[in-house]
Amino acid sequence: MIKQLCRKMFRKSLWVYHANSGGCNGCDIEVLNVLTPYYDAERFGIKLVGSPRHADVMLCQGPAMRPTAAALRRAYEAMPEPKLVFAIGSCACGGGIWHDSYNVLGPVEKVIPVNYYIPGCPPRPEAILYGVALALGLVEKKMCPVTLQRRRLPIPRYHPESLVGTGIEIVYKDAEKV
Amino acid sequence: MSLLSKIRETVLCLKAGRVTLPYPAEPRPVPPRFRGRPIFDAAKCIGCAGCANNCPAREILVHDVCQELRIIQYLGRRCTFCGRCADVCPEKAVTMSHDFETATNAIADLSQRLELFMSTCQRCGRCFPEPSPLERLKLKGYRFDDVASERWIFHSKGYLDAESTVADIRIDLD
Repeated sequence: MIKQLCRKMFRKSLWVYHANSGGCNGCDIEVLNVLTPYYDAERFGIKLVGSPRHADVMLCQGPAMRPTAAALRRAYEAMPEPKLVFAIGSCACGGGIWHDSYNVLGPVEKVIPVNYYIPGCPPRPEAILYGVALALGLVEKKMCPVTLQRRRLPIPRYHPESLVGTGIEIVYKDAEKV
Repeated sequence: MSLLSKIRETVLCLKAGRVTLPYPAEPRPVPPRFRGRPIFDAAKCIGCAGCANNCPAREILVHDVCQELRIIQYLGRRCTFCGRCADVCPEKAVTMSHDFETATNAIADLSQRLELFMSTCQRCGRCFPEPSPLERLKLKGYRFDDVASERWIFHSKGYLDAESTVADIRIDLD
């Protein structure tokens, strides 16, 4: 649904604003790498602008930190509607490796709503391009939550409370009991 | 002079040709030692929680529901793809894939959850009793992470907080 909405609202070129709220510059370098002729994000109409008031998309790098959270929020509110927010890198997606540090508030979604997440430390330029193409509806999403259950018991289950000393072999049929 | 330099620049640009990669249309291979998303194999995993104890970002949670059932949950939100989980795994149940196209619109898409059967001792047939909160501090094997609110519980704590460790700071916005 959000893809349809994106396709409808962002039909023309996306102008991106590049906000770093306390990252290590690794993701910044990868984002600038995307704008070089080698990866050439401008063929999708993506242009880097210097002011949030001109931008449609905000690229967030770095976790939400205590000194920069208010500034990040103000930059987000300065963007005209409709707006998209990309969280690029592990810091912006989940708080980064120093998530429990005294100055780190956590992921940027604690301060501003995030539409797309691009994990990686730093993400490859291709991964960033993939995220942008996902937002534009050019590619399909490949991720979904996975649950792997290994409940099939390799050996009979032993429950001391249901043990009955009969003297012969005891077979546990109630394998579903936990 | 100026015209000559322009012509020279044109020639240089024409000589370089087209360098832009047709990336989203065509797949782009990664280097052979590239570390992408870790893949957890439930068939090989013995549930030792070595990955959870060695994860620098504390993104792998272990919760012992009971004696026999252990839940290992990889969240992947702040995973830095360092590969230490794959390094310490004794059974090679964690492999770093070449999967880098992990952009999503919901952060929960990155999670992987293993529900593992942990067997009791077949020799003595004895189940170990549930440890008390004081005994949990000393036990290294037992973990009681908060899977529901996706939080790692520190070893030194025998109780569960209502609030997260990183959410206790209030943000004042103008």
